[in-house]
Amino acid sequence: MSQLYDFHGGIHPPQHKDAATGRPIQQLPLPPQLYIALAQSVGNPARPTVSVGQPVLKGQQLAEPDGRLSAAVHAPTSGTITAIGPHPFAHPSGLPVATITLAPDGLDSWQPRSPLAWQDASPAQLRSHLQDMGVVGLGGAVFPTHLKLGASPLATLVVNGAECEPFISCDDMLMRERAAGIVDGIRIAAHALQAGQVLIGIEDNKPQAIAAMQAACAGTPYRVVSIPTKYPSGGAKQLIRLLTGIEVPHGTRATDLGVQCLNVGTLYAMARAVLHGEPLLSRVVTVTGAVAYAANYEVAIGTPLAWLLQQAGMADAQTEVIMGGPMMGITLPDLHAGLPKAGNCLIAKSAALFPPRPPEQACIRCGDCASVCPAQLQPMDLFWFAKSRNFGKAQERHLFDCIECGACSYVCPSQIPLVDYYRFAKSEIWAAERDKKNASLARQRHEFRQFRIERDKSEKAARLAARAAEQAAKLASQAATPAAASTAPAASGMDDAKKAAIAAALARAAAQKEAKPLSEQHTSGLDDAKQAAIQAAMARAAARKAASDAAKAADAANPDSPPATTPAQTGMDDAKRAAIEAAMARAAARKAAADAAKAADAANPDSPPAAAPTQTGMDDAKRAAVEAAMARAAARKAASDAAKAADAANPDSPPATTPTQTGMDDAKRAAVEAAMARAAARKAAAQAQKDASE
Amino acid sequence: MNTLLLALLVMVALALLLGAVLGYASVRFKVDADPLVDKIDDILPQTQCGQCGHPGCRPYAQAIASGEEDINKCPPGGEDGIHKLAELLGVDFKPFDAGAAQPKPKAVALIDEATCIGCTLCIQACPVDAILGSAKQMHTIIASECTGCELCLPPCPVDCIRMIPHGTDLTNWKWRYPTIPIKAVKP
Repeated sequence: MSQLYDFHGGIHPPQHKDAATGRPIQQLPLPPQLYIALAQSVGNPARPTVSVGQPVLKGQQLAEPDGRLSAAVHAPTSGTITAIGPHPFAHPSGLPVATITLAPDGLDSWQPRSPLAWQDASPAQLRSHLQDMGVVGLGGAVFPTHLKLGASPLATLVVNGAECEPFISCDDMLMRERAAGIVDGIRIAAHALQAGQVLIGIEDNKPQAIAAMQAACAGTPYRVVSIPTKYPSGGAKQLIRLLTGIEVPHGTRATDLGVQCLNVGTLYAMARAVLHGEPLLSRVVTVTGAVAYAANYEVAIGTPLAWLLQQAGMADAQTEVIMGGPMMGITLPDLHAGLPKAGNCLIAKSAALFPPRPPEQACIRCGDCASVCPAQLQPMDLFWFAKSRNFGKAQERHLFDCIECGACSYVCPSQIPLVDYYRFAKSEIWAAERDKKNASLARQRHEFRQFRIERDKSEKAARLAARAAEQAAKLASQAATPAAASTAPAASGMDDAKKAAIAAALARAAAQKEAKPLSEQHTSGLDDAKQAAIQAAMARAAARKAASDAAKAADAANPDSPPATTPAQTGMDDAKRAAIEAAMARAAARKAAADAAKAADAANPDSPPAAAPTQTGMDDAKRAAVEAAMARAAARKAASDAAKAADAANPDSPPATTPTQTGMDDAKRAAVEAAMARAAARKAAAQAQKDASE
Repeated sequence: MNTLLLALLVMVALALLLGAVLGYASVRFKVDADPLVDKIDDILPQTQCGQCGHPGCRPYAQAIASGEEDINKCPPGGEDGIHKLAELLGVDFKPFDAGAAQPKPKAVALIDEATCIGCTLCIQACPVDAILGSAKQMHTIIASECTGCELCLPPCPVDCIRMIPHGTDLTNWKWRYPTIPIKAVKP
């Protein structure tokens, strides 16, 4: 018998385990619905591979792992997918998460199972098999198991059967009844990890489980170690310390020190997945507290918690329920959630078992929390910094080494919910970290953008300079040839060349001087063209928007009036454009009138609000028409036409259908449009007046 | 006389040597940028929104460092940011001006792709290149890279960009500050 070590601190809360261990593991009928959340493990939620209405077989994959830190999700029974979407989830936030709803068909028919020949399989094959089988840590942390089998060879594999938290007895019952399956799992894990020794730690308050495991381990090198009952001996670091004496320092992982810790439930699921090809479809759950039939139930993943508690005989559906143990568990906000893979225990609260916590009082710095802290932290300091939101200081004092075991809250004479403060501080720090990451990404992208703009600018300048130089060279060569030709007969060969070179240089310089403003002109021209294009696009968009608005307004305001697009139904482009513009103006006028009428109506239903809306409507229409006419007139630069337009812009001119006519000049058309718009405005105003008077 | 000369020579030699060392160090370990600007820039939220009146977070950081600008001009940083700046600079906390922009919940922009006309104006406005698209092709926003600066809203000619506030999901949910629940007492 090797030496047993001790970890710092720890508490001895009342056990409350007997209520659920009196009966063997109970089987339940299939629930009417299964709510299988996609986020069943630490890391990324799985990606659904089925669709609504699809029939599925038991064990069929419903969702595939998304990346390395993720595990697959399977159908716990055969049936039909009835929904994929947000559904309440067993999480303290009560936020809905993406969930697959499965309606069982009652047949429970399996799909073909494919066991893995694990002794011949490579570690990578085993890992991917476990990921595809959705095996995750069932101790409560639901860390994907395939990632825990990465480090080999390993000195020690620690099997966690401590189950130290009060009320929970699912691992106890599993060890009592299915020790052989657990040992199969140990065999596979030890093989994959090439473990030097295997130590199975079980608290001494489970003598039957210890006996069963010892019997199953007979003839194997695996050693079952009975450890003293003390909370939280089931914490991975604490159990490793107890069994091997190794203390895992801050910032180090146990695997770095040659130790890995796996839960008995996980090992059992691993054995089922490898030897029988069964994915993780169900788990043993302790249902206890204020229920009539407290026991351990083997339940399909996704079973509605309310239904499960009802089966266990919970009288009042309004009872508060804890998932997990009383020390580390969470109070469930919504019992419609399906059972997650993390759900090891459900405790229905009762006033006798869970008397209300007295109100929090001031910390008296008694130091009780520090003496029980298994992580050897200074909980009162952490509390102080968390309470004052001094998160940097809390982090300096290793807040993230806190395993949230709740021992400090348990012993606190001032009834301070210390763990709540630590959780609050941790999530604030995580949020700040996320913000920081986003900020640095934004900074990086902003800096790169500025660099890119600068680069584009300099590249453009270089390009233009190159072009200018090219032109200059051309000019120079043109200038040089006649110069050379003219001076050639007069001077000697040497002088000739020199002179030519000088002339060429001069010409180049001149050309450069000339080319520069040219290039500038060129760029500004480009910009202008671009701006014009953008303006055109904007105008187009505005037209489209106005047209849709107008149609809507016309529909809403007076369904009897002729539709706004009538003039637009002509064949000619010009007429069409003009008509659209007219329609826009009309619509704007009508809208304005209607708005005004409405406003007036709302403000003062008794007085006839005729004048104001009419005026605004007229003004709008007039302005639109005048603008249209002006634009056209300016474009054509025809003063006489403009005069004609002004002429036609008198209120008595005949409205409406003229755009269909051909041969009209633009100004006239604009005038007609203006008249149309005016007429429409008048009509709208009249309508508004009528509405208002009604 | 000899001793005096020797002492003088030693001192001169020392002065020259140390001067050379200092001169070398000042060249070798020259600090290009003001380290204070970096520290301020680290606190700023990097939305690059320009609500402070500067073209980006770094120019604002430079303005704060040179004492030209107040520390309460950054709504996206929130009061928390002002507290941090006040602590860094050793000045008093100063709330946001009453008339000025106030902090609002974080949001990301969303383009209504049916309305977008592909004008690229928002792409040119985006300070962090979080908008994808090209001329006459509809644009879309890379939500994970959008800082919520709202600079893309004004240039849009068809008003097809909306700000969608960040929702809470399991990835960004936070534990509440522990409070004592208040119970109604029957009279």
